[in-house]
Amino acid sequence: MIFKGKAWIYEDNIDTDVIIPARYLNTTDPKELASHCMEDLDPDFSTKVEAGDIIVAGNNFGCGSSREHAPLAIKSAGISCVVASSFARIFYRNSINIGLPILECKDCNKKIKTGDILEIDTDKGIISNITSGEIFEARPFPEFIKGIINAGGLMNYAKEVDEKCRQ
Amino acid sequence: MGMTITQKILAKHSGKDFVEPGELVMAEVDLALANDITGPVAIEEFKKAGGHKVFDREKIALIPDHFAPNKDIKSAELCKTLREFAKAQQIKHYYEVGRMGIEHAFLPEQGIVLPGDLVIGADSHTCTYGALGAFSTGVGSTDLAFAMMTGKCWFKVPETIKFIYHGKPNPWVTGKDLILHTIGDIGVDGALYKAMEFTGDTITHLNIDERLTMSNMAIEAGGKNGIMEPDEITLEYVKNRAKKPYEVFRSDPDAAYSDIIDYDVKKIQPKIALPHLPENVVDVEAVDNIAIDQVVIGSCTNGRLEDMRLAAKVLKGHKVHPYLRLIIIPATQQVYQDMIKEGITEIFVDAGAVVSTPTCGPCLGGYMGILAKGERAVATTNRNFVGRMGHPESEVYLSNPAVAAASAVKGRIAHPKEVVCCDI
Ligand code: SF4
Repeated sequence: MIFKGKAWIYEDNIDTDVIIPARYLNTTDPKELASHCMEDLDPDFSTKVEAGDIIVAGNNFGCGSSREHAPLAIKSAGISCVVASSFARIFYRNSINIGLPILECKDCNKKIKTGDILEIDTDKGIISNITSGEIFEARPFPEFIKGIINAGGLMNYAKEVDEKCRQ
Repeated sequence: MGMTITQKILAKHSGKDFVEPGELVMAEVDLALANDITGPVAIEEFKKAGGHKVFDREKIALIPDHFAPNKDIKSAELCKTLREFAKAQQIKHYYEVGRMGIEHAFLPEQGIVLPGDLVIGADSHTCTYGALGAFSTGVGSTDLAFAMMTGKCWFKVPETIKFIYHGKPNPWVTGKDLILHTIGDIGVDGALYKAMEFTGDTITHLNIDERLTMSNMAIEAGGKNGIMEPDEITLEYVKNRAKKPYEVFRSDPDAAYSDIIDYDVKKIQPKIALPHLPENVVDVEAVDNIAIDQVVIGSCTNGRLEDMRLAAKVLKGHKVHPYLRLIIIPATQQVYQDMIKEGITEIFVDAGAVVSTPTCGPCLGGYMGILAKGERAVATTNRNFVGRMGHPESEVYLSNPAVAAASAVKGRIAHPKEVVCCDI
């Protein structure tokens, strides 16, 4: 898949409490969650973000709680893809499970600026900065993650694996 | 090549003799857990995927603890979703307000999670049960929905970092200080994707409550789980609680570790994590005069009976600082009752604290003690992220219960020895 949009740059250790503060977890409505996405860190985010935009962050993105509301809020805010130096384990899992494309690319957040236009080919793992002309290579998905994506999400993939395990 | 305790439990539950780090396995779960925040999302996924009946009504736990007793209409609706599903599916481990506790304190206490179990929970602190020698880890709501349907969950077998703690802890140093020290040392992503195995003679000096505190915070270093081999103290603890048979696993002497880290516990003093990351750890004594507005003693990290006993030891005969709120939240109904029986509640109330029914409440900025702009809290909880306990410009400092209690008396961050004349 190819995504194109402008970059939002963030630092290391962006936690699930700033992605979606717990005071808004009394709802599961994706639109309402999106309207509070990143608000404690970047109050402008939810009003300025445009469909297709891309988050580019440092290490350990999504650390903290297991709330699936975090990738949901990002996805329904219009973000097409998240690139980070590394992801927290549960956030990584949740994103794949709900179909939010994520890519690991070391130090991208230091080489790309907020507002740069990026084009990302998730199959090839290529991130092109249209604004600066720079090209970055992301770590390709491990095979089993590709399996989940190709199966159309966790529920389908896990059923496939389950059947294989039974055989 | 031998296996670590983590590998062994994963192998056993996926029907294999041997698994190696990096391998993908589909494993059977002994318990799948969700709460009033993550449960409704999982229930929605379960229904969307055409789920009619859960795989085993005895292997699912649904616990309304985060915003319960219901803090507002919306959270009342979430709890209602959980309750109705539990009723319709006849979920065995559903516990209503008044009979429940914060999930990670409640399940071990009631003997619902046991050594050798494989437990997943749609809550990141599910790693707590590692203290009993179980493999337990946090997952998302979709993972949980799948587990509720099939009884299974997929895992990548993690590499393990072994942490060896040597020596007897200094006065006022608890399991909380050991884990804060560890997170301060390796950082909030120091164990990303990895199992943390806590060993060494120090662990034998720790009671179960302190061990649960250590495993609880493995996630704060990015760890997948935080596990300890069961010993006599563990077996004594589970003996009269276990509701089903269990199995004790231990790491092989030739198991492979990605790293081995040693700590001389005699060099560790009471710690505090400064805002806004659990890795910003310093000695309590190294902190300047920081005035605080609120102290919270509770949560799945430090809301157990030993924590309350420790806080009471410091607070006995003292008064809470005039302009400070001390909020004490026993983690379970049992702790609440034991506190009353032991006279601990009286000590707290006499000191001028408020004592609440079990709930997560302020730990995640839900209710029962939200911070205003610019306010500071010392809390025995596990996270001090921006806005975690209220306003984005408020601050949370993480400590053990004795430091929290001493700080409540002094109105600033304080070492317990400033309040109690003789060291314990
Ligand atoms: S007490 Fe805090 S950390 Fe523990 S389960 Fe509740 S909200 Fe999560």
